[in-house]
Amino acid sequence: MSLALDLPTIWACIIAFAVFAYVVMDGFDLGIGILFPTFKPGRERDSAMNSVAPVWDGNETWLVLGGGGLMAAFPLAYAIILPALYAPIIIMLLALIFRGVAFEFRWRDPDHRAFWDVAFTGGSIIGTLAQGITLGALLQGIAVDGRQYGGGWWDWLTPFSLLTGVSLVVGYGFLGATWLVMKTEGDMQAHVRRLAGWLGAGTVGLIGVVSAVTPFLTGAYYENWFAWPNVLLTAQVPLLVLIGTVLFFRSLRRGHERWPFLLALGLFGLSFIGLGISMFPYVVPGAVTIWQAAAPDSSLIFMLVGAVVLVPIILAYTGYAYWVFRGKVGQEGYH
Amino acid sequence: MFDDISALNLARAQFAFTVSFHFIFPAFSIGLASYLAVLEALWLRTKNEVYLNLFKYWLKIFALAFAMGVVSGITMSYQFGTNWSVFSDKAGPIIGPLMAYEVMTAFFLEAGFLGVMLFGMNRVGPKLHFVATLAVAVGTFISAFWILSANSWMQTPQGFTMNAAGQFAPADWLAIIFNPSFPYRLVHTVLGAYLTTALVVGAVGAWHLLKDRTNPGARVMFNMAMGLVAVAAPIQIFAGDMHGLNTLEHQPAKVMAMEGHYQSHPDGAPLILFGIPDQKAGEVRAQISIPKASSLILKHDPNAPLAGLDTVPREDWPSVPVVFWSFRIMVGLGMLMLALGAFSVLARVRRGLYDWPLLHRFALVMGPAGFVAVLAGWVTTEVGRQPFTVYGLLRTAHSAAPLDAPAVAASLLAFVVVYFVVFSAGTGYILKLMGHAPHAGEPGLEQGPDHPVRTAGITPAPGIQHASEGDPS
Repeated sequence: MSLALDLPTIWACIIAFAVFAYVVMDGFDLGIGILFPTFKPGRERDSAMNSVAPVWDGNETWLVLGGGGLMAAFPLAYAIILPALYAPIIIMLLALIFRGVAFEFRWRDPDHRAFWDVAFTGGSIIGTLAQGITLGALLQGIAVDGRQYGGGWWDWLTPFSLLTGVSLVVGYGFLGATWLVMKTEGDMQAHVRRLAGWLGAGTVGLIGVVSAVTPFLTGAYYENWFAWPNVLLTAQVPLLVLIGTVLFFRSLRRGHERWPFLLALGLFGLSFIGLGISMFPYVVPGAVTIWQAAAPDSSLIFMLVGAVVLVPIILAYTGYAYWVFRGKVGQEGYH
Repeated sequence: MFDDISALNLARAQFAFTVSFHFIFPAFSIGLASYLAVLEALWLRTKNEVYLNLFKYWLKIFALAFAMGVVSGITMSYQFGTNWSVFSDKAGPIIGPLMAYEVMTAFFLEAGFLGVMLFGMNRVGPKLHFVATLAVAVGTFISAFWILSANSWMQTPQGFTMNAAGQFAPADWLAIIFNPSFPYRLVHTVLGAYLTTALVVGAVGAWHLLKDRTNPGARVMFNMAMGLVAVAAPIQIFAGDMHGLNTLEHQPAKVMAMEGHYQSHPDGAPLILFGIPDQKAGEVRAQISIPKASSLILKHDPNAPLAGLDTVPREDWPSVPVVFWSFRIMVGLGMLMLALGAFSVLARVRRGLYDWPLLHRFALVMGPAGFVAVLAGWVTTEVGRQPFTVYGLLRTAHSAAPLDAPAVAASLLAFVVVYFVVFSAGTGYILKLMGHAPHAGEPGLEQGPDHPVRTAGITPAPGIQHASEGDPS
């Protein structure tokens, strides 16, 4: 019986990991799309794109694992959340189509390169905005009726979901800028370093605003954060964000190339832990817990065997693919 | 009530549209990934540059097709939830893990090594590069394995119990994965993908042979493609026949629709070649048929009785006109593929493979035949299993998300517009690449179209600038 109680928690962690992997990995390449108009056509844009061309596809696969994993491990949650967030999810999918094909199409069609560059940026911004809105709409709660979504078609659109949407655009831009600090040189690096500073400040500020608002959305969030003695533990999260922020600006000022990106990942990681503290043990906040939504044990065990073996292998060869294309962006990629 | 029905039909239209568009790309990239692996292996073994040139030629096309397959595929993994949430809740415990395995064993493998395959030749060297190509090729096959297992389980479900929440709870995973229709569907689909690719490669080879029959790249690709068509087409027809017999056993109503058998035939059923099915009247008008031939094919006995749709409750009928015609389109194209294969063998024996314009024209018009046949086959099997999502157990009408018709109509419209813009552009780019004759010193993805092969790191910056801006100077 204790096994039965534990499996959903393990799966919640695995899916959270997949979503986090998606957010940071596709985050920086969506961020490059967001920042794209600030790069000069020609060499700057080409190297920005080439720095992610070999890896964007793998990055986006984590989105499929997040979605597919949610369906597999928590089918009830998948069945409630996706219809509730119908519009932002469809818009995100369509935006990601434009963003994804632009990687190939802009090289195949120099006459319409400007169009595909707009598609790349537009797809990245709209896709990110839709992801952020999705997150906000989930956090603010979803109306549930039996085993189905019970709300209206515009429930997702609120000032809070717009706030999270904009925050994610700034945050992904921040990841993209720090990634490019690591991958580029010269003028371009100076440009993205400046951007990283502004976007870093914006991201940390917006993390603060979203964090300040979230505990007041529903009763459970407040409890999760401020109930004694949990608060001793949860208070470490904002403290670490503060330390991370200081370290980030210091490394940026000192001209470090890798640390800004790693610290940006750290700030995202802390925000994600914060999100976990808010939501756990709910998968549909305030309505459905991970235990209520979990698939039968036979599903969870079957997948767990695969995940335990395969996810480390996936991480190993994904690491290899990144290692192959390590260093400053050079001639590889399209020309 | 009317709103419910139309929201359901819109959701079905949306799924049919997005999945059909999506499947075009894997149908091509499964075969093309294997073809690329074969070309690279031949190059490594023989050191013959023509194979390397062909590899680079098709790699550029593969990159485009694969990207379109990826972005259209992500849509599918979310559409189960957005539009078919009740199905996802009930069948998720079984379908979900199969798809999760697809992601973990196939998608990551393909995506992880795709970057190395496309851009990494100079970084990792030919041997490791070949490993990456193989990983991508194997990944496409593994992907087909899991998704076809999931689809087949929906057609021939087994190995589950129903739990208190009304969900299909897995009881025996081996029975679920290797459900009765799975082996047949896997073989039939993968062979279909190989044939689709061979027909495309053959058509491109034929196009360039018609312009210049001495082009070595065109000769090699045409030779290889026609060889595969000649071998795979007859095997595919046999595999399809076996798949049909399996369907007769597990989903007889689908076969009744394929055959146009509204009525039962207690002593030998006719094979209806053509006719106009009338679903309302429950008969096939103006039919041309061969007496007892259907019983001969399906039961191997001309006098064997065959039940018709009159033995099935009317509310469980699939749409006979759709299934009847899509099946005939698929079979007709299969026969044409067989003819093309046979013609090529004749040309080969008479030493005319590169010299018979009629063969080349035939191969050229057959270029898109694989795509049409594959889609027609899927229409046959998917419309033929209606009105169920999980055959016999969960009706399509009880699977859909609680959506309002305007919401689904709006998203369907958006999908149609975006897919036509994006995928017609992509198809145009693929055709443009195919229009270039394969030649010596074929540029890969790492090199500019107008620049000679170069090693990474030695190109002066202005060279990059020119190449990247498509400057012809």
